[in-house]
Amino acid sequence: METINIEGLGYREINEKLRGTPGCRLAGCRGQRFIGAGMGHGALIIDGVPGNALGAYLNGGSITVMGNAQDAVGDTMNAGEIIVHGSIGDAAGYAMRGGRILVKGDAGYRAGIHMKAYEDKVPAMVIGGSAGSFLGEYQAGGIIIVLAISGGRPVGNFPCTGMHGGKMLIRGDCGDIVFPDQVTARPAEKGDLEAVSEHIRDFCETFGYSMDEILKSPFTIITPDSKNPYKQMYVMN
Amino acid sequence: MGIDFIYPEYEVRRDPIRCINCNACVKQCSHGVHQTDEKSGGLMADDSKCVNCQRCVSFCPTRAIKIVKSDCAPLGNMNWRQRTVHEIYKQAGTGGVLLSSMGSPKDMPVYWDRLLLNASQVTNPPIDPLREPMETRVFLGQRPERVQRKPDGSLDTSLPPMVELSMPVMFSAMSYGSISYNAHEALARASEELGILYNTGEGGLHEDLYRYGANTIVQVASGRFGVHERYLNAGAAIEIKMGQGAKPGIGGHLPGTKIVGDVSRTRMIPEGSDAISPAPHHDIYSIEDLRQLVLSIKEVTEYKKPVIVKVAAVHNIAAIASGIARSGADIIAIDGFRGGTGAAPTRIRDNVGIPIELALAAVDQRLRDEGIRGRVTLVAGGSIRSAADVVKAVALGADACYIATAAMLSMGCHLCHTCQTGRCAWGIATQDPELVKRLDPDMAAKRLVNLMTAWRHEIKELMGGMGINSVEALKGNRLMLRGIGLTQKELDILGVKHAGE
Repeated sequence: METINIEGLGYREINEKLRGTPGCRLAGCRGQRFIGAGMGHGALIIDGVPGNALGAYLNGGSITVMGNAQDAVGDTMNAGEIIVHGSIGDAAGYAMRGGRILVKGDAGYRAGIHMKAYEDKVPAMVIGGSAGSFLGEYQAGGIIIVLAISGGRPVGNFPCTGMHGGKMLIRGDCGDIVFPDQVTARPAEKGDLEAVSEHIRDFCETFGYSMDEILKSPFTIITPDSKNPYKQMYVMN
Repeated sequence: MGIDFIYPEYEVRRDPIRCINCNACVKQCSHGVHQTDEKSGGLMADDSKCVNCQRCVSFCPTRAIKIVKSDCAPLGNMNWRQRTVHEIYKQAGTGGVLLSSMGSPKDMPVYWDRLLLNASQVTNPPIDPLREPMETRVFLGQRPERVQRKPDGSLDTSLPPMVELSMPVMFSAMSYGSISYNAHEALARASEELGILYNTGEGGLHEDLYRYGANTIVQVASGRFGVHERYLNAGAAIEIKMGQGAKPGIGGHLPGTKIVGDVSRTRMIPEGSDAISPAPHHDIYSIEDLRQLVLSIKEVTEYKKPVIVKVAAVHNIAAIASGIARSGADIIAIDGFRGGTGAAPTRIRDNVGIPIELALAAVDQRLRDEGIRGRVTLVAGGSIRSAADVVKAVALGADACYIATAAMLSMGCHLCHTCQTGRCAWGIATQDPELVKRLDPDMAAKRLVNLMTAWRHEIKELMGGMGINSVEALKGNRLMLRGIGLTQKELDILGVKHAGE
């Protein structure tokens, strides 16, 4: 695989180079934004820390980050995969409709906000560490999994606010987490975990964890009660 | 019945001498007003369902029907108006938020009607547009700030991405979902024929309409419905919707009952699921964040298309626009508080935001004062009703105008203010296949073209009278405007003198 040193290059130059190559390794990444925006195929490996909006509108292919990533990873992504061997910033996977984001470490605020699903497109985000507040806000589809492997509180405050589709699985009993009224949180059953096992398995294979160990702990599954949460709010005038 | 009873606002008057019992009214009414009485076989009308869309009136072959405003004694007084009382009854009965549609009907000042245009007399000649060339073309996009030379000394003639319009008017955002497929197709076809643009709204772009891409603005709003790489690259420009004049500060909400069939496919969300656009873009809390979205869109479209940022006209609009102009956006669209909507909470629509005339003048002046007017083009919307409004908007500083209600009217809308019910008898604001069929896209496109062609002639005539032969030369030319019956403060904000000065 070709290696391109992007130290000192701007995002515009980087993306122009990427458009001409089916796959490459980027060395010396220092926070350049928009890397791989709209990319449709090929494999990209990044050494260093990419800046905001990594893989925005991603439409296929894969992006692997060997360190941390910043805000808005996979904004509005439609297909493909983003793998981060560190932690990610805020608003990851905003409105993602397809593809998958695997994060070894933690996620910031508002991960998976307004995640959607459509026909055969069911996006998934697996967070190995813990997630910040407002996880899965307005979630309308797809799967968010938080493994909290290093222990501690798996999510911050106000998860699932406005959730009206999809599902969320959090490792642990979530006894100290307050969910909004319009969702149901219950202990995950065997079938619930089997339905998402491919994502947990791939996460474990990618980052070198034991799936058996992870599945030893109980999981909590959260689903919305209605896909029409605001139905009764209006009167025709 | 009982305490919540509201006497019907309209009455259906049927002239029994003219009526031939043809049942056209029964077939045409989508609100279930007209019925055949089983006992007598005669036609009956349930006035309480009538919304005054005039469909039956228009299709009665003998002009036997008219709709009249009920003369039942109005409730209330000058303070507690009948409408206010009725709204209280509705809310007391249901506990619901009042939902309305189209632009605010409230009696608020319309500054266009308080502005008068100039004409040449004696000292400079008017121009006859029938005899002399008049330029109505405009280009939307950033203007280069200075002349640049290449290393070899030759002029750098590369320009930022621009879109060309044959006249300074575009059809503004109306989503597929809020309006019908046939209405969208008519807007697309008319735009192509006219050499202007229409706007998808945030409902995605129907597969069949991708071929009109060169005349399409694709919108990205907080729900990101139907937004993907191909969609962004399909249009001539991309609009980031931050706000809408009819409902500043709140998001959109298309109920699941309207997310059916092609609407679901085009928005790329499941059938029956509510389409909720959050009030903010949750990745945009600052101008710097906005810049990030603008630039990410530019990256994915390879800097080939201008990016529009649409905002509602609100109190600090001048400062906001100044920020947007520095965000990398090419075009700022400002939507005034009289702008239309497919559905908005009544209280928001009628009480939030400011008129487009004041907002436009304030923004244009602010950008000039800061020396950044050339960085962006300005598009004004929010109840532009005629060619005269367009000319006045250009003179106040707009590069182009957005129209929507006028376009709807030309397609057959009768302004009954019930889009939110989805039962539009004219086939525009509905997804019911039987109703959608009523709107013939050929005829609707033709009427849109007629309207714009007529406006274009009128724009030329108004400009010619002022001795101006191009829209570009009229832009921001406030000396061509005078106020009538306005206070000094209003004149100051508009940047115009009073008539007679």
